[in-house]
Amino acid sequence: MLSPAILVPAVLNGLMTGAVYALIALGLTLIYGVLHIINFAHGALLTAAMFAAFYAYKVLGLDPYLAAVPLTVLFFGLGYALQRFVIGPASHGEDRNILLVTLGLAVLIENALLFTFRADTRTINLPYAFDVIEVGTAFLAVPRVIAFAVVIVMALALWLFMRWTDTGKAIRAVAKEKLGAELSGIDVNHIYAVTFGLGTMCVALAACLLIPTYYVNPTAGNAFVLIAFTIVVLGGMGSVAGALIAGLFVGVVESLSGLYLGESLGQIGIFVMFILVLLFCPSGLFGERA
Amino acid sequence: MRAFAPIAVAVGLLAAVPLITASNVVLNFLVVALLTALVGQGWNLLGGYGGQYSFGHAAFFGTGAYVTAILQVRYGVNAWLGFVIGIAAGAAVGTFIGALSFRSGLKGSYFALVTLAFAEVLRIIASVAPITGAGVGTLIKLDLRPEALQFQSRVPFYWIILGLVAVSLLIIRIIQDSRFGAYLVALRENEDAAKALGVNTTLVKLGAMTVSAAIAAAGGCFYAQYFLFLDAGIAYGPWISIEALLAPIVGGIGTVFGPLIGSLVIKTLGELTKLVAGDAPGLDLVIYGCVLILIVAFAPNGVAGLLLKARRCFAVLKSLRSEQPHG
Repeated sequence: MLSPAILVPAVLNGLMTGAVYALIALGLTLIYGVLHIINFAHGALLTAAMFAAFYAYKVLGLDPYLAAVPLTVLFFGLGYALQRFVIGPASHGEDRNILLVTLGLAVLIENALLFTFRADTRTINLPYAFDVIEVGTAFLAVPRVIAFAVVIVMALALWLFMRWTDTGKAIRAVAKEKLGAELSGIDVNHIYAVTFGLGTMCVALAACLLIPTYYVNPTAGNAFVLIAFTIVVLGGMGSVAGALIAGLFVGVVESLSGLYLGESLGQIGIFVMFILVLLFCPSGLFGERA
Repeated sequence: MRAFAPIAVAVGLLAAVPLITASNVVLNFLVVALLTALVGQGWNLLGGYGGQYSFGHAAFFGTGAYVTAILQVRYGVNAWLGFVIGIAAGAAVGTFIGALSFRSGLKGSYFALVTLAFAEVLRIIASVAPITGAGVGTLIKLDLRPEALQFQSRVPFYWIILGLVAVSLLIIRIIQDSRFGAYLVALRENEDAAKALGVNTTLVKLGAMTVSAAIAAAGGCFYAQYFLFLDAGIAYGPWISIEALLAPIVGGIGTVFGPLIGSLVIKTLGELTKLVAGDAPGLDLVIYGCVLILIVAFAPNGVAGLLLKARRCFAVLKSLRSEQPHG
């Protein structure tokens, strides 16, 4: 059972899946770190992005990896607008209201998709979707290797952005001390919206990376987002590095428990882990506070 | 006794409906609306009065429904007894989840997340466990006798759900005026201050969660008897968690009549949507999502708050008019 010939591919595949989980979680944790809210609309936005990627391929014939460029820009704008014109004004600055508004958005987006596209499951067929790369004893699907690489580059880019640009510095300032940032002339509402836009951008990119090997239907995003919640909590709410490491970890755990326990039990395993972490270690492994 | 007069009037008015109309469409609409009002009332106690927003009241609704159904189908337990045990089981699940999360100090988004996760875990378990009939679902055998809590006509069901709603209204009204209710509102407004004044906030929240879960579970038990069919997506589905919070928020959060008003409003909206657009999947929920955002944005106290505001505006207008000199 524990022969490396089975174990190594399982771990590698887990890392590949985990990278995409991490990207979705990255968006979630970014928003949490700055706005201190859980964005319950994250899953619905992911589904919307998957539909966008699907139709970009079907209608425009755009390869998902090329579509990623316009879609990330588009979803950045969408996220910016949502926070600036819907979530921000509607919630009157109260955390409880933000929860409800993002939940309302989730219900709205998910069911608008259901209404428009019905519950049918759709997939696209890319010529290279089933190509594999041989790494030692493991065969890795090309789209997943690309996804892994893109996520790493994206995480790095995001880190550089946060570290060196003025906007990145402003985001970090607002996350640390909102009032102080406002007093030194930072437009907090703008920064909130930019952060929400960045989080939504991560989701759009994740959708483009998922669509070559995954299906899309109006609830497709939900499965990922519950995993992303787990990762965010595990990695510590608001911690970018935590999300990345926890994402890869959860991917491996899922792959291994799927190997030993079967598909549906593997899913429960993630939830149980989620509940346990929330209950006994709500600040996560890398978080600063609960 | 004056405190209970509005409840008596509202329940009396609703009780008169079957005397006026025998239309199954009207009765069915009201049964479903009252069911939502009941589950919403459960949510309202914990969320409206206690400020703990649960996103997973389906966990209690589904447990009540499944326990009632499984006891009858698999163990031949009498339906009335099953109903009571179902409520108790739902309350127990509430106590369990509450004990775990309040003891670890979860609140706000964390509490919403953990309740959501529990409802999802239960949904997944129910969709694979053999005892719930897994993917096939559980069907309660048709047995149209009052002893089996099944009736030929919809009228007795209507009385039962109205009775349950009346009881829930009384419970909330009594709690509102009690010391326990005051503790609950205190911890909603400022938990640290309540604690500093000697309120055992964990215990108060746990009590609210238990009663809240029991009320939601009663809704689930009723659902099982009324529709006689359950599967994981119905019993533990997200729809019920959403309606449970939508009804009180639309009607007026933290008020006795909020959930009842809210459920009548959202169910009417749902029916209107169906009239206009046909039975399109998802459209009613699109409307619900919009309503939720609009209410939070423009009417934080719900329909009840709007009515109060309108009345006040009206009074101001009236006084202005009477003050103005003629000519």
